[in-house]
Amino acid sequence: MVGMSKDKFDYFIKGDKDNYEVIIGLEVHAQVLSKSKLFSGSSTKFGGEPNKQVSLIDSAFPGMLPVINEECVKQAVRTGLGLNAKINNYSVFDRKNYFYADLPQGYQISQYKNPIVGEGKVLLDMPYGSKQIGIERLHLEQDAGKSIHDLDPSNTYVDLNRSGIALMEIVSKPDLRSPDEVNAYIKKLRSIMRYLGTCDGNMQEGSLRADVNVSVRKIGDKKFGTRCEIKNVNSIKFMQMAIEYEAARQVELLESGKQIDQETRLFDTKKNETRSMRSKEDAHDYRYFPDPDLLPLKLEPSLVDDLKKSLPELPDKKKERFIKDYGLNIYEANVLVSEKEISNYYEEVAKISDKKLTATWMMGDLFAMLNEKNLNISESPISAKDFAELIQSIKSGEISGRIAKEVFEIMVESGDNPKKIIESKGMKQQSDPKELEKLINEILKKDKGKVDQYKAGKEKLFGFFVGQVMKASGGKANPQLTNEILKKFLKK
Amino acid sequence: MVIDKEKIIHVSKLARISLDKKKSEALAKDLSSIFKFIEQLNELNTDKIEPLSSILNEPLRSRQDLISDGKIRDKVLKNSPKKNEEFFVVPKVIE
Repeated sequence: MVGMSKDKFDYFIKGDKDNYEVIIGLEVHAQVLSKSKLFSGSSTKFGGEPNKQVSLIDSAFPGMLPVINEECVKQAVRTGLGLNAKINNYSVFDRKNYFYADLPQGYQISQYKNPIVGEGKVLLDMPYGSKQIGIERLHLEQDAGKSIHDLDPSNTYVDLNRSGIALMEIVSKPDLRSPDEVNAYIKKLRSIMRYLGTCDGNMQEGSLRADVNVSVRKIGDKKFGTRCEIKNVNSIKFMQMAIEYEAARQVELLESGKQIDQETRLFDTKKNETRSMRSKEDAHDYRYFPDPDLLPLKLEPSLVDDLKKSLPELPDKKKERFIKDYGLNIYEANVLVSEKEISNYYEEVAKISDKKLTATWMMGDLFAMLNEKNLNISESPISAKDFAELIQSIKSGEISGRIAKEVFEIMVESGDNPKKIIESKGMKQQSDPKELEKLINEILKKDKGKVDQYKAGKEKLFGFFVGQVMKASGGKANPQLTNEILKKFLKK
Repeated sequence: MVIDKEKIIHVSKLARISLDKKKSEALAKDLSSIFKFIEQLNELNTDKIEPLSSILNEPLRSRQDLISDGKIRDKVLKNSPKKNEEFFVVPKVIE
């Protein structure tokens, strides 16, 4: 297998005989952000006591009827609009029938033939250019409960707190071609939904997970190969590992003249391999039919229009604006719009200080510090206002870039305002020409020998003098001014 | 449509209903005649008619996003064949 180069797409699987292209489609399950469940009034809060967020509807008591949560419908429409997708004003809830211990109804309420959202598209920024990924559909469905296998050696425990929470299943077209594109796609979906406030995208808590469809074909072939579906992968890294393993497995089968069975597979994260889930073979016969407990969902066009008008600025638009208004390059803009909170922080700082310098310092020192402390931007020990003051102090020449790094460190540790730190520690840059001339004069007097050598032609010594000035001033001498004065004095 | 014994066995397996041989044969016969009766509908031309999901011509009723239920663990667990204080307990299922 060959890795990716930066400027050209060249991901493929190298077999003994041929090179193979990898075709990937994703079914992403995104948990809808809502207070209560899709068809009941129980809480959706993560991490509650087992079975305390369960109503008689979620536990499928006989005779209980589902009533749809209007906010979940709006969230699905918002997400559809964010994916530039067609909103279907008529959609139908169906029953998907299968048996499992954490599915008390014996069926999942989902949407089969008539989903609430139809075709759309998502743009990815890849190192080799921009790439469009088609969205096939988005539909609303219920989540299942949770089976816990490790609390008892001979039994499985079932917690229904998650049972009935609304999910959006977002199905992509088979447009993805590499693990890197899958990474970019998931991050983009997550970013869009977090901007919209329709899904928190928290993969650790299972708010975002995916079934991954993988097939391979010889490069140049038009026809898709037989695909396998890898179920329920809950991290981007595992998705990438599962795809690499699965594609290699399929190539090996093809090259040894064997057939690929269309099947559901499971990714074993410990062994880093996928294996067949034979027990689910029958489960594909889901016998979908319209749920007689629920009437078709009809959306008023005015509701869709209102939601459209109230959408926030999304990452693609914001990126364009950052490039245009703030003079950022594509890379900077991409990083700074990736999370709504990051872009808000940036704009708050850039509004009162230098735009380019803010980007550089945010993506350098600020992100490095947050990374190291494992914090996200909203938990930053440095407020946007203080950060802006620091940037302004650099821009105005009050402190040098080197001193600014020291001030930054102190800000992180103490939470103090940069002005206060600079003043109390006397860190202001020495920019008074008279003071500097005096200091430089003394240094040159002390090192008369070196001055003579310099004047005799050893010009390399200039750096040595600069170093001496910096040392004597505690790094506070204005570098530009120092250069000018030194040049003037050494000419004499 | 003829419903044969194999179809009956397949569907009963999916629905987790156990049937003996005799019962399967009887059911196949009954269902075949029921389907035959229903298939009279196929004589009508429905080319230009949208499938109907419900016969009620009413909008779907919805509710506001409020927490109004839950916190009834004892009630929820009460009828399960096996349980402990917090969970439903079922035979080990592992993929």
